[in-house]
Parts: sequence; C-alpha cells; structure tokens
Amino acid sequence: MNGAVPMVKAESVRKSYGKFEALRGIDIEVPRGSVVVIVGASGSGKSTFLRCINHLEKIDGGRLWIDGQLVGYEQKGTKLFERRDRDIARHRAEIGVVFQHFNLFLNMTALENVMVGPVHVKREKKESARGRAVEALKRVGLSDKANSYPAQLSGGQQQRVAIARALGMQPKLMLFDEPTSALDPELVKDVLDAMKDLARGGMTMIVVTHEMGFARQVADRVVFMESGKILEVQPPQLFFDKPQSERTRSFLGKILTH
Amino acid sequence: MSTPSGAQAGTPPASGAGANIRAIPARHPGRWVATAFVLFVATLFVIGVATNKRLGWSVVRQYFTSSSILHGVLETIALTALAMVIGIILGILIAVMRLSPVPIVSAGSWVYIFFFRGTPVLVQLLFWFNIGSLVGGQPAIGIPFTHIVLFHLNVNTYISAFTAAVLGFGLNEAAYMAEIVRAGILSVGEGQTEAAQSIGMTRVQTMRHVVLPQAMRVIIPPTGNETISMLKLTSVASVIATPELLNVSERISERTFQIIPLLVVASIWYLIMTSVLTAGQFYVERHYARGALRTLPPTPIQRFRGLLTRNVIRVRPVPPPFFPQRREHN
Repeated sequence: MNGAVPMVKAESVRKSYGKFEALRGIDIEVPRGSVVVIVGASGSGKSTFLRCINHLEKIDGGRLWIDGQLVGYEQKGTKLFERRDRDIARHRAEIGVVFQHFNLFLNMTALENVMVGPVHVKREKKESARGRAVEALKRVGLSDKANSYPAQLSGGQQQRVAIARALGMQPKLMLFDEPTSALDPELVKDVLDAMKDLARGGMTMIVVTHEMGFARQVADRVVFMESGKILEVQPPQLFFDKPQSERTRSFLGKILTH
Repeated sequence: MSTPSGAQAGTPPASGAGANIRAIPARHPGRWVATAFVLFVATLFVIGVATNKRLGWSVVRQYFTSSSILHGVLETIALTALAMVIGIILGILIAVMRLSPVPIVSAGSWVYIFFFRGTPVLVQLLFWFNIGSLVGGQPAIGIPFTHIVLFHLNVNTYISAFTAAVLGFGLNEAAYMAEIVRAGILSVGEGQTEAAQSIGMTRVQTMRHVVLPQAMRVIIPPTGNETISMLKLTSVASVIATPELLNVSERISERTFQIIPLLVVASIWYLIMTSVLTAGQFYVERHYARGALRTLPPTPIQRFRGLLTRNVIRVRPVPPPFFPQRREHN
C-alpha cells in the first residue's frame, strides 16, 4: 500500500441541518496506522464528522477521502455526484463503526451478529465466516457468550461484541462514536482494553470520546473541536500539558478537575 | 385483636416481641356479594336457555351438520382466507409505499388508507357488487385520452357475489394491515438500520435480515386479531347474497320459519371457528414473545397440570433465544 496516501483526508468539509451549521470547514489528515482522538463539548460536531466519514451523514460541501477515494461521491469536473446505494455500501464495508448505543442486531446471537456481515456482504462461506467470528469474539474476550442474545449481555459485553462485529469485516479503518458513554463505570475498562489492543495492532482509528486517560495513553494526536470547527490538533502530551487556545484550556479545566 | 405482647397500638413494641405477631389479611365481604350475584345471574341464564323451547335445540341438532350449513362454513373460511391474503400482501406494499421518500408515492398510499378506512366496509361491498352499474357491463381497459384499448373486461362475468366480497374485504383489510406493518417497521430503532448500513448492507439486505425479522414481533399479534375480526366480518357479505354461513342459515330459516334455531347454529359455528383461531393466535404470540420476555406465559395445558400438582404455576424456564427456530443464520 502507498504510505503517502493518508487513510482519511478532509478538506473544508461542511454540513448543515437546516440553518444550523454542524460542521463549518473541517480540514484534517489521518495517516495510516495512527490513532486520532476527537474531544470537545457536546454539540461541537465531533459525532457528525465521524458519521460523515462513512456517509451516514451526507456532507454539503468540501471533500472527504478515504484511502484516496472520495466518500459517497464521484467527481466529474467541478461537480460531485452521489454514488449509488450499492457502491456506498461497498465502501462502508471497509470501515468499522462502533456506536455509543452498541446497536447490536437484537434478533441475532453474538456469533450471528459477527457473522452476518461476512456472509451476506462479503459472500463468504459460512464455515470460514464462523471460524473467523469465533476468533473475533475470542479477541474481545467473549468466547463463552457466542450463543447469547444482546438482551442477555451487559452493556460492556455488548459493546465488545459490537467491536468484534466491526472487526469481522476486516476493516482498514475503525470509527468509535463515544463507545463508553453509555456504559456503567466498572464496564468501561474492558472496552477500553479491547480498543487499546486494536491500536497496538496497528489499526487506524478515529475515536470520539470523553475518556481523557485513553486519549493520553493511546492517541497519536488529539483533536479539539468547537462549534463545527477544529480548534487545536496536538500530540497528547502537548494537548493536555500545554494547550494552545484559551477555549481548550477552559474545556480541559472543566473536565479534568473532577 | 389480641396482641401477644400486650403493647398498646401505636406504642413502639418491646424488642423481640415481633416474633409472635401474625399479619391477618383484610377481609373483603364485597367479593362474596359479587360472587353470589354473578352465580345468580348465571343460573337464571342457564335455566332460561335450557327450558326455552323456542331455541329449538332439536332443530339446531338437525341443521348443525347439514350439507348446506357445512358449505356455508367452508365459504366463510375461504372468504376469510382469501381476504386476509389480499389484505396482507397489499398491506405490506402500501406500508412500504407509505414510508417511501418519494412524496407522490407516499401520498398515494395515504389516500388509499384514508378512503378505505374512512368508509364502511358494507358500503364498499355494495360498490363492488354493483360495479357493473358504475363502469358499464364491458368497460374498456386502455390508455386514457387515446383510442388505444388493451382489452374489454366483462364485469358481470367476473364480479360474482363471492368475488365482490373477497375484493371488498381484502382491499378494506389492506388499509388496516398497512398501518400494522408500518407500525412494525417503525418500531425497529434507527440504530439497527445504521449498524446494518455501517457493515455494508444495502437497503434491501437491511430490510430482509435486520428490520423485518424484528418487526414481525410487533406485526404478528394484531394480524391474528385482524383474522379473527375478518372471520366474523364476512357475515356482512350475506347482504350481497354471498352463500356464506349466515346467508345459508337465513335461507334455511326463510324456508322453515325457524329463525332463532338457525341463528343459534350459525353462532355455534362462529364460536368454534374463532376458538380455533384464538388458540392458534395464543401459540403464535407466545412464540414471538421469546427473547422479549424472561418467562413465557404458561400454555393452558401447563396451567392445568400446575393446578393438579400444586397451586403454584410452574413454567419451564425458557432458553431465551429470540427466534429459537433460526439458530443458524441463513
């Protein structure tokens, strides 16, 4: 693979909901194999940006590339044309997403949740898909829960199944949208451990989170967003110890004091 | 009331005294009065039914399994089944149209539901029955405002009383089924769709593997209710002379002047058919409740066994899969 092409590149990405501008020109590059943590107050646009990356939200302006390919659109001349449902689905299959509320398929067991993508999207043979699904569940420490339904699992276990489901598709990029915000405090650690394990394995990750400890330990860079813009991008040491903008300082002051 | 410790009400008891105190449940004399009243009314009713000669039990027995009544029963079953098939298939189509992002498609479905839910089904039946007077005996099917005619339809041949009833009930039912299916689809959270899309499923795959299986739990129970209602509703078709159960009963009573006994015959048959459907619905609902409930309600047989063994109703702990029949994902 070409190391010079960034995994994700955003160029003045804009997104509005009616009159409300959720994203007001986002520029960022995420190199292959790096971990970027996005922090900021709620409503700052960090989740919106994450959802734009796999076209769950359509951008209104600017351009967004994944691995050198435009997300959701095709450029002809100066215009962007939205791609067909099938093409968008194929691109999405290469990006794993972990949601705040897990969103496991409630009508399937943990194992089926992990298998359904490889079998129906990648048209893999059931037996090999099952083998890899078992592996993926083992990797997040849930081999014994393969036949449990989501309703029978704790929040932390559900979220780890969700991570396994995303990994089952062998993605080249993983997006995490506040993966621990809906969890009881004592369950957070297991999920964060699974994510750290992934980062050590060289996965490219973009993580929206309020877990500052995770950001400090795992992130290559920390991005601070405020009202639809990126205010600051720093390696974690600098970000936490010598924040540049006044706004960052007050944000960190509020969340790090307790 | 005697208090073993001899303590006055309201004063804090001496420590340890509570060991001898028993709690007496409140008495409910009203419940005994209500029980006596219900038993009284029930006795009157039973005596009245048993001794009233006008019910004509011998006539009931004579006609209960007569061939014309049995034909009427079959006609009622056929009418119910066909109307429900049309209702369910068309209802799913209209529900999907209703959820379409294309405004005209969604509006078309809205108008359909508005019309068929907003007019009495009897009026709709009469329209279908008299369709010949509405469109002429041989209406031309072709492209409007041109002279192109695809074919002529002989309405009087095709629209018999039975066809009119099937169309009337089926199209009317579709409007209700559409709302039931729509509610089922909407009951599946948006997060499920997003998760399906994020692993690369297309819209059709998302519908088939994720949304519809979960919507079924919401769709199935009211569909059972609709079927039971439909079975009884088909009696309305007697008005347009469809030879279903009520209609054949009425024809016999017109001949024999035994009005009440034949109404009793029809009622007993309706009760038998609705009982069968109700029992079926109980098991279907129980099946789809798996995964949503921790313990399922006991079946009548389990309840009966429970009564024999002890007053406690024991329910087999259910292995909680959501859809036990589909362990393997196909």
